[in-house]
Amino acid sequence: MAAAEHILLRHRDIPDFDRLDTYLAQGGFAALRNTVSGKSPQDVIEIVKASGLRGRGGAGFPTGVKWSFLTPDVYPRYVVVNADESEPGTFKDREIMEHNPFQLLEGVALCAFAARASTAYIYCRGEFWDLAAALEAHIAELRARGFLGQNLFGTDFSLEIFVHLGAGAYICGEETALLESLEGKLGQPRLRPPFPAAKGLYGQPTVVNNVETLANLPPILERGAEWYRSIGTKDSPGTKVFSLSGNVARPGNYELPLGTPFRTLIFDQGGGIPGGKKIKAILPAGASAPILVATEDVLDTPMDYDSLPKVGSMLGSASIIVIDDSVDISWVALKTTRFFKHESCGKCTPCREGTYWMQHLLERLHDGTPADAGQVDLLQAVARGIEGKCLCPLGEFSIMPVTSGIERFRADFAAHEAHPVRRTEAVNGR
Amino acid sequence: MTAPDVRLGALREKYAAEIDAILARYPDDQRRSAVMPLLYLAQHQYGYLSPAALQEVATILGLSSTQVGSLVGFYTLYHDRPAGKVRMQICTDLPCALRGAEAFAQSVCQNLGIRLGETTADGLITVEEVTCLAGCDRAPMFQVQDGTGIHYRESQTVESAMAWTEEVRRTYGRS
Repeated sequence: MAAAEHILLRHRDIPDFDRLDTYLAQGGFAALRNTVSGKSPQDVIEIVKASGLRGRGGAGFPTGVKWSFLTPDVYPRYVVVNADESEPGTFKDREIMEHNPFQLLEGVALCAFAARASTAYIYCRGEFWDLAAALEAHIAELRARGFLGQNLFGTDFSLEIFVHLGAGAYICGEETALLESLEGKLGQPRLRPPFPAAKGLYGQPTVVNNVETLANLPPILERGAEWYRSIGTKDSPGTKVFSLSGNVARPGNYELPLGTPFRTLIFDQGGGIPGGKKIKAILPAGASAPILVATEDVLDTPMDYDSLPKVGSMLGSASIIVIDDSVDISWVALKTTRFFKHESCGKCTPCREGTYWMQHLLERLHDGTPADAGQVDLLQAVARGIEGKCLCPLGEFSIMPVTSGIERFRADFAAHEAHPVRRTEAVNGR
Repeated sequence: MTAPDVRLGALREKYAAEIDAILARYPDDQRRSAVMPLLYLAQHQYGYLSPAALQEVATILGLSSTQVGSLVGFYTLYHDRPAGKVRMQICTDLPCALRGAEAFAQSVCQNLGIRLGETTADGLITVEEVTCLAGCDRAPMFQVQDGTGIHYRESQTVESAMAWTEEVRRTYGRS
């Protein structure tokens, strides 16, 4: 069940889709023109609510509902685009921005109209340097052609979009850390409430949405909520760009209806596991979700926001990392823990110290020195000490591969205790 | 808000138009938002962010050099000490590692006669390990941070990476 058509990765079907003339010839900016000229901001919020669109950055929160939390009658308001795509295994926003930039920018404009904002910032991770320069050129072109600027389409709606580059910090993908960073400070999360819809950028009501979320808006406004709901599942409508990576024959982005089973993505689309190996585990949301044992039942599980929790994980940003049976899951936990230890912003003690100690314990399991018999249990205890004690989800994410790894692949961890002096980093390419 | 007293440093002189364009992106009373783009500008001008460079950025924005300096340690793309002309930053995070990135990084270092984090003897290339760059489907891959910005090189082999290091030597080596 491949997607009947691309809604987000339309550039794969239409050549030169990153050129404004091509985008316009394909009906681009008709949704914005018709919306701004003929609908109220409240109409747009209601349509997006009715569409059931859920935030594609990871949380899966209903987008229209998020917008409706904006504090009434307080201006100026801001739209901030979360383009800080940094979750290991996630590279979908990058493809949208590189190859379908105008659909994103039209989506930003639709969001700004709904939010009654006249300034939008695209917070792009610093590594996307070349991509950001291209986006700026596209924005300048839109301005020159009258799609951005003052009094658009002869109405009182005005909009400027600016690109702001981050400088290498995973934490800035968390929306309040992103806002701190955009204000020129350390990217450390804020205590909530207040949420950004009440006090966001510069203390003003702010909508923060992910790139993929916003790219969904032009087709929804053009074709309607009912059409959108005909794709995907009842509670997770629409398509999703799944980033597929790891031990798989054809890694890449695949746009499929939400609710598509893992098996379809990994085997039919992704070509299965190379080298005659078998699938062992799946990380369905990059490093930030419990690791799944790749049983037949799990492979048949629909990839949507509500089905993944039922099998003990989360959809998150839908970055599917496939692990084959040659890989030691305790090494996977070491890799994800190193990542989170490096990226912890240092604000909350349980996360800052906990990720340090988890890394230390995992390295001891792997460095060939004699490991104490109780070391895996100690690791589990340290992880439990972080749980539920941090301001933002980073601390929570950091323990998920560790605790689920120990619970579901205990033998991989215990092997390092049983054979303490053998170096067991026998992993692909090592 | 009155504009802060701006000392006309080298940065201000050389990049006057760029600095004005950067400041124009943010509200007049929120100039601090411009600190990250200005740090990139200073890094390009000086190669790294020395205390003097931080002071220059701080002066333009009316901030203290401590407020500016704290960012340098927090964000990985800012550097407070000089290194090679180019930084070769190899992703060895989980998805890339599953596709051989750790062995790739080791081979590249071996060929260059250095260890991760070190700079080649000619002072041209510093090799560093970095976390996920959103290029997981084209591993092994690395980014190049140099005086012109940050550029990706994907779907690499040890051979293609070494050919690139030769290119770097040709570009910078004879200057």
